[in-house]
This record gives sequence, C-alpha cells and structure tokens, in this order.
Amino acid sequence: MLFRTRRLAAVSVAVTAATALVAGCTSGSASTSGASGDTLTLWTHNAGNSVELDVVKKIIKDFNGSQDKYKVKLQAFPQSDYNNSVVAAASARKLPCLLDVDGPNVANWAWGGYLDPIDVSGSEVPVLSQLASTVGRYNDKLYAFGFYDVSLAYFARKSVLNANGVRVPTMDKPWTKDEFNAALAKLKKSGKFEYPLEMGTGGTGEWWSYAYSPQLQSFGGDLIDRGDYKTASGTLDGENAVEWATWFHSLVAKDYMAKKSGADPNKDFLAGKSAIQWDGSWNAAKNAEKLGDDLAIIPPVDFGNGPKIGGASWQWGMSSTCSNKAGAQAWLKFSRQTKYFVDYAKATSTIPATDAAAQQIADYQPGGKFDVLVQFARKYAMVRPATPAYPYISTEFEKASKDILAGADPKDALGQAAKSIDNNLKTNNYYSN
Amino acid sequence: MPTMFAARERLRPVRRARTTNARRRESFTAFGMATPAVVLLIVFLVVPVALAFTLAFTDARLVSPTPARFVGLRNFTLLFQDPTFYKSLRNTAYFAAVVVPLQAGLALVLALLVNAKVRGVNFFRTVYFLPVVTSMVVVSLLWTFLYREDGLVNHVLSTLTLGHVQGPDWLGDPATAMPAIILMSVWQGVGFHMIIWLAGLQTIPAELYEAADLDGATRWHRFLHVTWPGLRATRTFVLVTITIAALSLFTQIRVMTQGGPLDSTTTVVYQAVHSGYDQQQTAYAAAVSLIFFVLVLSVSLVQRFLTREKD
Repeated sequence: MLFRTRRLAAVSVAVTAATALVAGCTSGSASTSGASGDTLTLWTHNAGNSVELDVVKKIIKDFNGSQDKYKVKLQAFPQSDYNNSVVAAASARKLPCLLDVDGPNVANWAWGGYLDPIDVSGSEVPVLSQLASTVGRYNDKLYAFGFYDVSLAYFARKSVLNANGVRVPTMDKPWTKDEFNAALAKLKKSGKFEYPLEMGTGGTGEWWSYAYSPQLQSFGGDLIDRGDYKTASGTLDGENAVEWATWFHSLVAKDYMAKKSGADPNKDFLAGKSAIQWDGSWNAAKNAEKLGDDLAIIPPVDFGNGPKIGGASWQWGMSSTCSNKAGAQAWLKFSRQTKYFVDYAKATSTIPATDAAAQQIADYQPGGKFDVLVQFARKYAMVRPATPAYPYISTEFEKASKDILAGADPKDALGQAAKSIDNNLKTNNYYSN
Repeated sequence: MPTMFAARERLRPVRRARTTNARRRESFTAFGMATPAVVLLIVFLVVPVALAFTLAFTDARLVSPTPARFVGLRNFTLLFQDPTFYKSLRNTAYFAAVVVPLQAGLALVLALLVNAKVRGVNFFRTVYFLPVVTSMVVVSLLWTFLYREDGLVNHVLSTLTLGHVQGPDWLGDPATAMPAIILMSVWQGVGFHMIIWLAGLQTIPAELYEAADLDGATRWHRFLHVTWPGLRATRTFVLVTITIAALSLFTQIRVMTQGGPLDSTTTVVYQAVHSGYDQQQTAYAAAVSLIFFVLVLSVSLVQRFLTREKD
C-alpha cells in the first residue's frame, strides 16, 4: 500500500511535469508579447559594442522624448548569445516587439514566423534610397532594414606592390584571375613573406560564407540555384564551382596563404607579415591610420563573372507576436532619419546605407578616402541567398571550404555539400511551410 | 534515485516495531526528503530524455513555422547514409579506446607516487589536480595556441632536438589532430582519477602491507597481491566513469577543431550539437542522441557484466 502510494505520487509528479513541459511547447500560439501596454521592449546584439549601443540608446531617447504615447525599453545582449536568446524566446513565445537581425538570417526568421512584414512608408528616408543589400526582403515582402553595410576589399601597401612590379588595380580595371595569381607568385618569390596572401582562414562560423562565397560567385558558381532555391546540385558542385575550389586549394598548396591564419589577421598584415589582406571594411579606418597614403584599397578580383562581395549586415525588424504593432512601426519609422544613418556609420566605421548620409561623412562622401568602399557595396554586393535554408547552407559551405583547404578532393567536398543541402531542402519540403 | 533506495533500506527493520501512525509519518518524511531530488531528476533528466526520444521520430526544427510532424524512421535512414556519422562513430571509439587505458593507468601511477609518505607530497597532489579544476574551455583555448605550427610545443621539440625536428601544425593535420586532443584530454583529466585511485589506496589496511613485508614480498608482489585486489571497487568506478566521459567527447572538439580537418576529430556528441544548433535540425540531432544513448548504455552494460562479482 505504502509503496503503491509512493509510486503513484512519483508517477503523477512525472506526468504533471511532462504535461506542463509539452504544454509549454505547444500552447499559447495565439498569445502575444514584447510590450506591456504602450511600453515596448527592444532587443539588440550590441551589449559588447558600446559605440553602436550608444546610437541605439540615443534613438530610443529621442523617440521617447518626441511623443507621449509609446515608451521603448532597451535590452542588450552580447553578440555571441544573441541568436540563441532569440530562438529561445521565440520557442517560449516571449519575443520582444523590436529586434535586430543579421541580414542573412532575415529569410529564416521570417519563414519561421519570428518576424512580421513591416510598413515604413512615409518615413524621412524612403526604403528605395537605401543600398539594396541593407534591405531585408523575403517573398517580396519587407521584413527588415539596416542603417549600414560592410564591404569586403583587398588591403595592401602600394609601396610593396610597386616594389614587386604588381599593378595597383582600380574599379575600372580590377585584377583578373591570372594577374592575381601572377602577383602572388611575385610576392612569394620576393622571399619577404612566408604567406603573401591573408584571407583570415583561422576564422570560424559565418566568416567563411561571407568572405569566400563571393569568390565562388565570381568564378560563376553559387551556394544554391537562385532560380527557385530548390537545389544546390549543379551550382555548388558545378564546373565553375570546382574550378573555384581547385584555385582555393592551390593558394595553400603553393604556400601563398596559410591553411589557418593567426589569431589576429589584421594585426599580422599591419605588422608586414602578409602583403595582401582580404578583409572587411571595418578595418579600413585602422589600416588608413597606420599606413596613411601607402594604403591601397583594392577591388575584389574578377575571376570571370565580375568582382563580387557579400552584402547585408545587421538590420531591424518587428516580431510577429508583438502586442503593440502600431508602436513598433512608429519606432521603426522614427528611426529612419538621415542623422541616425550618419550616427551609425560614424560610430561603427561602416558604410552608410544612403547617399544622403554618405555625403555627411567626410571619408565616405564622393571623393572621400573610403568612397571606394561605398562603390564596392553598390556595384559588387550580392546578398547571401534569401532562403530559410541559408543557415544550413552556410554551415555546409563552411565545412566544404575547410575540407578543401585541408586537402579534400574539390569535386567530392562540394558534391557532398550539395547533396546534404538538397537532402535538407527535400526533407523540409523546400521550406514552403 | 539512490536516495529513495537508501530510505527504503532504513525503513525495513523498524516497520514491525512501530505503530502505523509513526510508520506513515516516517515514510512521509522520507518521501518529502526524496522529492526535491526526484523532481529535479524528472524535470532535467527523464523528461528531456523522453522528449529527445520522441523528437527523433519527428521533423522538429529549431526554427519552424509548423509544429513537428511524425515522420517515422526518416531521420535514422538519413543518419545511416551520412558519411560523417560513421567517421564520428569511428573517432569516438578511437578516442575512448586510447583514453580509457591511458588515463586510468597514468592516474594509478601518479596515485602510487603521491601516496608515498614523504615531505612535499601535498604539493604534487595539488599540481596534478590543478588542470582538473581549470575549465575545459580555457584549457582547450590555451592548448590551441600551444599546438600551433609556431607554438610552444614545436619550439620545445625543436630546441630539444637541436633543430632536427620541425613539428607539424598539430591540429591542422588529420594525422595528428586526434592524438593531440587525446594527449591534452588525458593531461586535463588524469588528476581527477588520481584522486579516486588515491582514495581507494587509502582504504587498503596497512596491516596487509605489514604482513606482506613480514613474508618478504617484493614491491611488485606487494602491488600484485595486496594493492591490486584491494582496488577492486575503485577499478570498476574509474573504468565506468572514464569510459562515459570519453564517449561524450565534445568541449575540446568544439573549441579546438570543430570536427576538422577532414572530419578527423568529429565525434557523435559534437555532431549532435552541430546539427541541432548550428544547423537547426533538432529532430536529426535527437536521432543522433538516441543512437549515442544506446551506444553508451550497451558499453556500460558490457563493462558491468565483465566487472561483476563472480561469486
């Protein structure tokens, strides 16, 4: 009797706990969150980046002061935890009303029902005046917009290139594949550099897709067939892609580039360990400060299909469960003022999303020191595939690229990645809900 | 649920002597005391495990607009077609097969050394135990630097051999990445099992050694006939704990190599976490976990059978 009671009690505790848990996972689909009355919660990934966070704070302060109806409350997360926090909050139906999202994730979050389409018509800065890569669209609907973008470029010392008889390319005449290979051969032969090219191969995560998939695209390949986003086979492992992979591996095989670069590639470049660095525009200011006029900001190499860089950085959107959508839209509209575009770009040394903002920043205005970066972003930027499968595609591309550098057969490595991506698309019913 | 069993054992002899009321009160107390542990175990162990087993047969995703649907054995079919999965299994087995004997043996040698009654022995105990109390993430980060091609390990090698040996990029070469991780893991974990062995050594009565001395036994005979049989229970414990820890190799891989180069260090748990979080394939990760559970369970059962009391 005693034992039976006890067992019964134990079982009922278990059942209650399990029911509560399962219920927590499935119920509440109609509930809303993110605001209590007219006080809206806003999440950002900027906790570790005080200069950018200060701009967010400033906009919030201005917005709260500009009217009496709505109040926006800030909550900042460290970048490394941000995405996980959002996913956890979404499962618990506790998303904030306003949140920022990394560009390539917009499609995934929109498809997953985290984000709602936004309408910011009538704000000071029209969406159409923005760099295309700073606008987050999915299924032809606007889900997010950013205040800035970043760009990729080769950085080098003019003196080093000249001394080794390497032409300093321009946007009118970028390096070709053969010219680039010849330049690397010359720099290697000079004996001054163990590895003349630095492309940050020690990095992990999104850097691989961001930095190297534009090179793949310049070769004529891509991560996925962008016609209908239903297959990667033939695109990611096609002839052009294999050609890219073979070239990519040759950089390591010929000792032009380290298989795994050091902890701080930019520091190594500035210290003169490498001659040419493939890096983001976020280091442009630091490089210019250190090298002055000797710094060459070089457009991406044209591997046959035109120079390419990746587009899209952090953007702002509204959650689908927001209980005060009017307030959220009001904040989004309010934030779209040229002065804030200027503030963001200045604070983060990034490329302002509009021309009007660029004109107010000395270095980025036409003819300015970093005007070329704006041009790169405008002419060469290709957004990462706007499909909900992107996070999966990106991890597969990262793995394949690492394997290729480590010596895997280019065709096999890309073929396996393409097969995995196709499997993923198929088992997810092509992400059509 | 050891608490409950212990309570049950204690209850048995007194039940006959006491009145029903007192008995009920006592069992109530026992139940009350067991409740926190039982609830925690259920919420954080039983329910997640049950959920994982259920999820393995669905198409659950980390980010998804639709609720999970039952898809039968699809995840397992995909899993058994995945070449990375077999590499993960092989690497996990390799790691365990080397680490279990190496770490247990080395820990025993260290324990015998620091069990000596000489001055300063506490200093050595502390030194050997230091890596254990350091976070594995920190240790892995540090060793990543040590193992670089221009890192400390290669500098030491080069100096010791007067420049004749130029070490490889330890973590960047498929041939050396796993051995390098094994070496570091043993270094980090050996102190813990040294303490366990030490505890076992100190339960062996000193009289047995005295008797052995009187019989004129050599050091080796003393170890073989007194120490080794005396460590029976400790041995089983060390074996089982190292095996389970070795099979669940993850942190080092996540920090140091992310499974590369060329899948030479990917493991079952790493694959589960990678597909579950980085790739958002919750159900697939649950299937990997289910296989892992079965694997660990069978290994533990075999070990349990082999180390059972034979009489």
